[in-house]
Amino acid sequence: MITLIKRPTPSRFWSFTTPVLAVIATMIAGGVLFSILGKDPVQAIKVIFWDPLLGPNAAYFRGQLLVKAGPLILIAAGLAVGFRAGIWNIGAEGQYIMGALAGASVALAAYPAESHWLFPAMVVAGALGGWIWGMIPAVLKVLFGTSEILVSLMLVYVAQNFLAWAAFGPLKNPEGYGFPGSRNLQQYPSAHNPELFAGTGMHWGVVAALIAVIATYVLMQRHIAGFRIRVAGEAPRAARFAGVLPANLVMFCLGLSGALAGLAGMFEVSGPSGQITDSFNAGYGFTAIIVAFLGRLNAIGILLAGLLMALTYIGGDMAQLMLGLPTAAIQVFQGMLLFFLLGFDLLTHYRLRLGKGSK
Amino acid sequence: MTGSLLKIEGLTKAYPGVVANDGVGFEVAPGEVHALLGENGAGKSTLVKMIYGLVKPDAGRMTFQGRPYTPAEPRAARAAGVAMVFQHFSLFEALNVAENVALGMENPPPMGDLAERIRAISTAYGLPLDPARTVGDLSAGERQRVEIIRCLLQDPKLLIMDEPTSVLTPQEVEILFHTLRKLAAEGTAILYISHKLEEIRSLCDGATILRGGKVVASCIPREKSARELAELMVGGEFAATDRAGRVSGATILEVDHLNLPPMTQFGPALKNVSFSLAAGEVLGIGGVAGNGQEELLATLSGERPSGAGTVSLHGQDISDLGPNDRRRLGLLAAPEERLGHAAVPNLSLTENAILTGTVRRPLTRNGFLNMGAARRFAEEIIKGFDVRTPGPHVAARALSGGNLQKFVIGREVLQSPEVLVVNQPTWGVDAAAAAAIRQSLLDLAAKGAAVIVISQDLDELMEIADRFCALNEGRLSEPRPTEGLTMEEIGLMLGGAHGMQEAAL
Repeated sequence: MITLIKRPTPSRFWSFTTPVLAVIATMIAGGVLFSILGKDPVQAIKVIFWDPLLGPNAAYFRGQLLVKAGPLILIAAGLAVGFRAGIWNIGAEGQYIMGALAGASVALAAYPAESHWLFPAMVVAGALGGWIWGMIPAVLKVLFGTSEILVSLMLVYVAQNFLAWAAFGPLKNPEGYGFPGSRNLQQYPSAHNPELFAGTGMHWGVVAALIAVIATYVLMQRHIAGFRIRVAGEAPRAARFAGVLPANLVMFCLGLSGALAGLAGMFEVSGPSGQITDSFNAGYGFTAIIVAFLGRLNAIGILLAGLLMALTYIGGDMAQLMLGLPTAAIQVFQGMLLFFLLGFDLLTHYRLRLGKGSK
Repeated sequence: MTGSLLKIEGLTKAYPGVVANDGVGFEVAPGEVHALLGENGAGKSTLVKMIYGLVKPDAGRMTFQGRPYTPAEPRAARAAGVAMVFQHFSLFEALNVAENVALGMENPPPMGDLAERIRAISTAYGLPLDPARTVGDLSAGERQRVEIIRCLLQDPKLLIMDEPTSVLTPQEVEILFHTLRKLAAEGTAILYISHKLEEIRSLCDGATILRGGKVVASCIPREKSARELAELMVGGEFAATDRAGRVSGATILEVDHLNLPPMTQFGPALKNVSFSLAAGEVLGIGGVAGNGQEELLATLSGERPSGAGTVSLHGQDISDLGPNDRRRLGLLAAPEERLGHAAVPNLSLTENAILTGTVRRPLTRNGFLNMGAARRFAEEIIKGFDVRTPGPHVAARALSGGNLQKFVIGREVLQSPEVLVVNQPTWGVDAAAAAAIRQSLLDLAAKGAAVIVISQDLDELMEIADRFCALNEGRLSEPRPTEGLTMEEIGLMLGGAHGMQEAAL
């Protein structure tokens, strides 16, 4: 029998080791899954984890890595702050859409005027769009005690309908021959969020993600506000005793994660994606939740987790293409990663003892 | 008394890192009231849990009524005739008395019969109880009666009682003792766990004293003085508190007609609470927990704002100020619940020093944490208040209750408050640490601070408070000087015995 014994203090060693163990376990379980599907497991794992970085076509994929990781990290950095406080923003996907819509609307309203001020204005609009979408569940929670989990999640579907309406209606490209979707911002120099160094995939959204990682790290580890956020998540009564007002905390956390998600959407629409379409959102807002937990809600961890997640995205696409693996299998594979991570997390807080357990 | 009912030999139980019971042995005769005496952590709880089948001993032998006794679970213990009343009640507040009793029985009889039996037994033993009342509306003393009657319905040979008087008023204690003596006279043995020495001297026929998991003495409590018993318990002499050198100054804190709605469904409301507090004074607020103690602390600490003009400090109305604004003005507090309220379990002691320390100590610079200064503050607390821990990096939950309590009290005292409010400062703390905490509160008052001590421990309040008042069902009695106050008067201030008006004693 296995007995669990709670550690007096969480183990530092295991909090660094468990993510690695989780990745290894995911590879093994994923390999089993792939071999059941009739594919060579070693080949599949190699295509997913190895080829995008060091395979024959790696030069192209390495750029894709930052393009995919940027929004994930930017969104997850904001979500993690709220998760630390026990405030569950599940609707980053909706805030991402609204940020993109707000940013694109500013650009399309100014079209075709060229100005240095346009892009900064889009940045502000994008953050504001996401912030407003995040503040709706915050205000409802503060005023009426609604669950921010449900409200933020349901607002994703509202945002998706907004997106479809905008793509088919007001933001539709008048010169688009009737196809749904907006003008392509990549062809509008003042509004374009370009690749900063050719072939790296680095754009302003990636820069913003790095700044967000550093800023949230400093906030959570070094600033009294971050300290209070952590206390609120660990022990709400102690937080109130330390002078934290729950209403302010809810608004700050949902506002911050909403604004960062909105920024991610804006950088995406003005850069890699280029235009508003009804299928613009690619699930970054939901995947970022996994990234936040995979990174142990720690800014540096999120940076690494975002890169890893982006890798499984790209590798997963390749595996679909080259080995004919179904999309569902890739999604199961990504789900396994979170499953194993949360499972192994036990080792951080508990010691395992084999043998006869006593009460 | 002939022969023994329960005989225990060489009982041993070890947990990782600590031997809770080491070769414990004693005997209880039928009809004997036997005390188990010891400090917190001496192994009393583990011992009775083994007798009640909740914990399996590693080694040793138990004999009950002359037969080997190895209860695998509480059900087996109950079947053999062992019943136990726990310190913490396991009752459903939303159900009535009879329903609660039925939930604890193997084969409950029909409700009507059960209610009849509850009424019969409760009157027979002088513990009147209406089976139809909702438990949420009962006082702590009445809730305990539900637990006792639940046990008596099983007709036990041995009744174990774990710290039964900690929640009772002096009058209620008298009623309980009356019942227990009656039970003993009928041949039921009672194993009585407590660290209240006077109670044990008046009630018990024999006593086994535990220290560090071992039996260090057994005696007849009536033949020893309370001080001798205490020294056996602690294993040495301990210093009496020194309350000299205090002068009452000007009024600092004033609470005026404070009313507050309940915080929880069955929680009490504060009703018209008024008192004032002078510099250098210690005000003791007695009463059974759950009568508004938490609520009063929350309104004083600033966690719950109250109506305008109800709380003022130095004549300034602070009713709508939050905890940090009040700290800035010199009003500090230490809540009862150590883990999760006064301290965050998973954070280190350094971080827990930051929790309340940033306002009066320079632990931050422009909002950024100065971890060095915080660590030094934590070390200062650890050193000044003899907190036993490897260092300030240790998580709060790794500390024992007493050590964490010393840390919490030390954290507030070292911030030199003008008014300090503490709730149950020595609850679950061993005698030596409790004495140190009380002395630090007295020293603080001697330096001119005003101290409010909210406590269930009347002896503690009599020892350190200048004035005493009681909080009962959210009402605060008029504070009276502790000098010359008798236990009788205190009992009446505490509301006497709940629900006993109609019972003739």
